[in-house]
Amino acid sequence: MDTANTTSVTASVGIVTPQRAVFREPLPLKCGRAIADYELAYETYGTLNAARSNAVLVCHALNASHHAAGVYAGEPNNVGWWDNMIGPGKPLDTDRFFVVGVNNLGGCHGSTGPLSINPDTGMPWGASFPVVTVEDWVNAQARLADQLGIQQFAAVMGGSLGAMQCVQWAIAYPQRTRHALVIACAPNLSAQNIAFNEVARQAILTDPDFNGGDYYQKNVTPRRGLRVARMVGHITYLSDDEMASKFGRTLKAGHVNYSFDAEFEIESYLRYQADKFSGYFDANTYLRITKALDYFDPAFDHGGDLAKALAPAVAGFLVVSFTTDWRFSPERSREIVHALLKNKRDVTYAEIDAPHGHDAFLLDDARYHRLVAAYFSRIDAEVRR
Amino acid sequence: MNGISIDRADFAAIAHWVKPGTRVLDLGCGDGALFKYLARERDISGYGVEIDDANVLACVKNGVHVVQRNLERGLSEFEDQSFDYVILSQTLQAMRNGERIIREMLRVGREGIVTFPNFGYWRNRMHVLRGRMPVSENLPYQWFDTPNIHLCTLDDFERFCGERNIRILERKVLTEGASVSVMPNLLGALAIYHFGAG
Repeated sequence: MDTANTTSVTASVGIVTPQRAVFREPLPLKCGRAIADYELAYETYGTLNAARSNAVLVCHALNASHHAAGVYAGEPNNVGWWDNMIGPGKPLDTDRFFVVGVNNLGGCHGSTGPLSINPDTGMPWGASFPVVTVEDWVNAQARLADQLGIQQFAAVMGGSLGAMQCVQWAIAYPQRTRHALVIACAPNLSAQNIAFNEVARQAILTDPDFNGGDYYQKNVTPRRGLRVARMVGHITYLSDDEMASKFGRTLKAGHVNYSFDAEFEIESYLRYQADKFSGYFDANTYLRITKALDYFDPAFDHGGDLAKALAPAVAGFLVVSFTTDWRFSPERSREIVHALLKNKRDVTYAEIDAPHGHDAFLLDDARYHRLVAAYFSRIDAEVRR
Repeated sequence: MNGISIDRADFAAIAHWVKPGTRVLDLGCGDGALFKYLARERDISGYGVEIDDANVLACVKNGVHVVQRNLERGLSEFEDQSFDYVILSQTLQAMRNGERIIREMLRVGREGIVTFPNFGYWRNRMHVLRGRMPVSENLPYQWFDTPNIHLCTLDDFERFCGERNIRILERKVLTEGASVSVMPNLLGALAIYHFGAG
């Protein structure tokens, strides 16, 4: 690490090392199948206290991983996806909390997923990897908590799909979830949300290199499909205003060329992001994660009554939405708040007036971060008692 | 709360009416000071409702469960009769639709408690007699930048309740923290009402 990076490293958790947890007990999945052997990649920051009461689980959304904070040795630019939130003195303060980041089952960052070798066949799982759900992920995370000796999390925290996992934690493991920080969430996907996911899936499924999902052996990846999938997803993460202010109608060359090249800045940006994403993300994982999103609907088994679905939850909730988020709008967060109020649960709800759309949950907004910091201070005081 | 500080006499009067261990919804709860006071003095539970970002943050710091919401949009997140008391402290006069919020208070709560500056207070009347809009401790704003758009007197509020079958259960009138019992509509600066459905 050269001195130029020292400041940023000291302000962060610094160099972190991913770890692996191995599970031999089969995990029954919601789809009816089970995974016999699996591994989860995870990282931890901070120190677990003697009472084991200061652990915080950070759940990732669609394209992130267990690498939530810090950097890897020799890779100073490989910064964790929520590094502005997690670290010494940051809203989720690693001087006070023991933070666990985990890559979900079916992921492509080290946990068992379609890329992994199926021990039964000696071949990559590929198409045969089960369709996993938010419920399955949370069950797997609970087993990781068992291995780490964490009986109860001080908090489970996440944004977007990560926040859905927090809701599921509070429902499935009420005694193990002291607080849930549910950020930029929705209690289920709307038809429009599912429609966007379906466009993304169709792009992948119809890519000639997809080969029904068994493309690893053929040494190809459905890169074109993954690119389009990422583009359509990315559009939903940004607000119209944010795109207008960031790109507007700016032309790269300053004039139009009457061609199909990337002429507008927004085209260039989307292509760049798509190229980057398709270079590291696995298409089979993308398909499964979008399905997990589509299927998540805790109220479904309760006749659509979210309050009934949330009845087992006893956690304290911090629910945060962003005014310009049209993917998971504040109205969707208010549905969750309404259900919690109906159940007379401890809930705080904040609506942050941020211009960045759904992506705001990942950005360093002072009002948002101060609120999360204050909530964690409250949790800290509580677990110290 | 529009920046008006509530003195302890106001808190104490409200706490006096609130039965211990009850559920309270505090509308326009500000930094949560009143809720925290009631939690300590009366062991209440419930929530504050607040629109301002800085106040929401202050509530979190004060350990008050707060729901960020514009009261003008009503209280649709809250179930019918889900609170023992709904408090609207120093906010009624700043509401666009005061009647609607009073009705919402009695929908989600069994009883309501409201506080507001009495426009009929003699000092306010003196300002008007001199041909000026009042500016005072309880009404600290100039006419052109005040949030207070629906000021009323004690008599106005009582007539309002009477016409809508809202039963006034108790009343406390304060001036500079001291209780006023003689000619309250003239001598009282701050009105505190406890009311229920008729």
